[in-house]
Amino acid sequence: MEDIHRQAFRDEAADLLHELEVALLELEDAPGDGELINRVFRAMHTLKGSGAMFGFDDIAQFTHEVETVFDRVRSGQLQVGKQLLDLTFQAKDHVISLLEHDGEDLSPFMARAEAILAGFKTFDQAQADTAVGASATPEACGQCGSKEPTGQGADVEEVVRRVRMKPRPDIYSTGNNPEYLLEDLKALGQSLVFVHVEDIPPLRDLDPLSCHLWWDVLLTSQASESAIRDVFLFAEDECELSVKTLETTGEVELKKLGEILVEHGDISQEAVERTLGGQKRLGTLLTEAGLLPAKSLDAALAEQNLVRDKLERRKGADGGSSLRVSSEKLDVLQDLVGELVIVQSQIGQLAAMSENPSLHTLAEQLERLSDDIRDSTLSIRMQPIGSTFSVYRRLVRDLSAETGKEIDLVTSGEETELDKTVLDRLGDALIHLLRNSIDHGVEPPADREGSGKPGRGVIRLSAEHSGGDVVISVADDGRGIDLAKVRRKGVERGLIAEDADIGPDEIMDLIFQPGFSTAGTVSNVSGRGVGMDVVKGVVNSLRGSIEMGSTLGQGSVATIRLPLTLAIIDGLQVQVDGQGFVLPLDRVEECMELRRRDLSANGKGRIINLRGDVVPFILLREWFGSTGEPPDIEQVVVLQVEGMRVGMVVDQVMGEHQTVIKSLGPVFRKLDGFSGATVQGDGTLSLILDVKRIVQMSLGGARQMHSVDAPGAVIPARLLS
Amino acid sequence: MKTVMTVDDSASVRQMVAFTLKNAGYAVIEAVDGKDALGKLKGQVDMILTDLNMPNMDGITLIKSVRAQAAYKFIPIVMLTTESQAGRKQEGKDAGATGWIVKPFKPEQLLAVVQKVLR
Repeated sequence: MEDIHRQAFRDEAADLLHELEVALLELEDAPGDGELINRVFRAMHTLKGSGAMFGFDDIAQFTHEVETVFDRVRSGQLQVGKQLLDLTFQAKDHVISLLEHDGEDLSPFMARAEAILAGFKTFDQAQADTAVGASATPEACGQCGSKEPTGQGADVEEVVRRVRMKPRPDIYSTGNNPEYLLEDLKALGQSLVFVHVEDIPPLRDLDPLSCHLWWDVLLTSQASESAIRDVFLFAEDECELSVKTLETTGEVELKKLGEILVEHGDISQEAVERTLGGQKRLGTLLTEAGLLPAKSLDAALAEQNLVRDKLERRKGADGGSSLRVSSEKLDVLQDLVGELVIVQSQIGQLAAMSENPSLHTLAEQLERLSDDIRDSTLSIRMQPIGSTFSVYRRLVRDLSAETGKEIDLVTSGEETELDKTVLDRLGDALIHLLRNSIDHGVEPPADREGSGKPGRGVIRLSAEHSGGDVVISVADDGRGIDLAKVRRKGVERGLIAEDADIGPDEIMDLIFQPGFSTAGTVSNVSGRGVGMDVVKGVVNSLRGSIEMGSTLGQGSVATIRLPLTLAIIDGLQVQVDGQGFVLPLDRVEECMELRRRDLSANGKGRIINLRGDVVPFILLREWFGSTGEPPDIEQVVVLQVEGMRVGMVVDQVMGEHQTVIKSLGPVFRKLDGFSGATVQGDGTLSLILDVKRIVQMSLGGARQMHSVDAPGAVIPARLLS
Repeated sequence: MKTVMTVDDSASVRQMVAFTLKNAGYAVIEAVDGKDALGKLKGQVDMILTDLNMPNMDGITLIKSVRAQAAYKFIPIVMLTTESQAGRKQEGKDAGATGWIVKPFKPEQLLAVVQKVLR
């Protein structure tokens, strides 16, 4: 690559030098001609610039001098005269020599270069330009290109800084984009970003081509301050920038909120003191008094919290900052929160219907508060799963010793948080899965070596958040699951008919059927009568799902998916035949109108065309066996279920509804297709649809049939047209 | 695919810039000076890299002319300067340039700057 460019430069230089010669000759006859002077200047300039680019440093250095002189000629400080022209001709010849002898030892030419340059110098006594020495190899945009060494080794301390960036409103007009700046900042470490909207003018004064926002970024990173400022290299003029290190070391007193705000310049000292006279917390008072926009408060609070956290972490884990609380108290709290949400929702509906503006505002504030309380309460019970994982190491060690196998337990995702109740109930299930892997999955070392595997088996236990779920998996590199054997056992135990025509997924599911478990295996830790069917039951009761996957000879993996929030979800309220139902909002993609009479003539094709995609739908009226005429215009709610798009047709979509899930109770345990019930704003009951299950059932298959035989089941199993 | 216009009267610089950018997956339009660049400025152009010293129309004038066109009012424009032209950097910014690279520069430095302003 290099050579192509060097050759290109040589060609170009040759042209330039020729042009230079022509221009110089003309200049002899017309020494004042500005355009000719420009041409000479540009030739030198290009030779210098491009020369340096492609490694012709001698040429670059040399022509730099000449260029400087001609720059002064350009600006009228020097006159073109015979002496100057002679010197320039000599310079030109020198460059030609340098080019011709490129790659050879150029020292013989250096004396000549010196002489010429000396000539230029005497010609221009007042050459104050100190570029002479400094320009040897002009430093290229060092900051733009080179990455600042972030962290010299693992010992670089992470520092918390507040970066305040206030772009000028016309920042976009230089092609700069505050979003990119924020992205680059965030890439330096962990950050909390607070946007300030208080400078946004009213709509009629709003210029959409201007930037009216500014940001406070609390950045925790190993990067140096200059690395941070480098992000703003191009936007320095268009952006007010302040980078302040937040003290997190040693004897620094935690700053009071008011101090931080005054420092930020968000509030004046007297305003702080004035307001401190009251009883409430400073932040609330300030916002109420309209003296402080909420975001500034958030930013300052977050700064306070961040610093406090860092300090505590330094003190050590047992800083006395945690509390033991009985879970009953938490349960009570959670129930109360649930009730609160219901009442709040009722108030919300009432407020929406009333004309009273203060009521509206209060209802909104109430909604925000109850959202926050809900989130806070739910997070109280969240614990990292790592605490459970560590227990298992011992278990795996003991069990594998017992069975004479050699197994290592590898864990990941220990910091993944789960609700405590989920964690407790899952504990036994995970133990059972591990036992399975140890007992049936991983082979004895001799067998493993015989089939070319390492003697030590590995069980991987991992947890992660994915979408709105927690995914926990137990994977082993053992012998895998032999589907043929499973099938045979299924027939043996009377779960399927001898000649049943079922696919591999269904065979795998047999493992979860009651009565399937291998009764023969007993080990001391089992004792609790846990079988795969019970595992599945536990997972289902947590509104999750479990799947087995396997490759024969290589291993198996059990994957458990659990929804993150147990009790309160965002739901979409709908009506079917006068009855209210709720669909999980996080699965809803969109709603569309449907006219029955537009359906295909044979009435059997239950699909709609959604911008080119074919989406099948389920008529919920039919599903629930409603008699009576459907309305002319119905709504199709398009949902994302198990990676597919499915529509559900309802009479009406009422709106979003914060849904507190109440369990249906033991009487309805066998009822398939419902995740629970909830109380609507007006006090009536709505059933929450388990869309995944409904879709599964409608996709049908013989194996689903038996689950619907239970008495009291309302749903007809037939669905596929 | 993003399109970058490179404006420079030096053929070797144009060639190197075009080579580097094309290898990185950008489409490249070459122009030899400001006038040529304006003539070629139509349709999808996502960024401009321009030298400052050029015949027929120099970089500063080009930047001003580009910014005056509604369609290109906000595109990133990066100047190629030499270190002795520090004063022109400010002139360029005043005219509406987004940033600059100092010659000589290496291909990686060029790409870093392009990625900084064009996403």
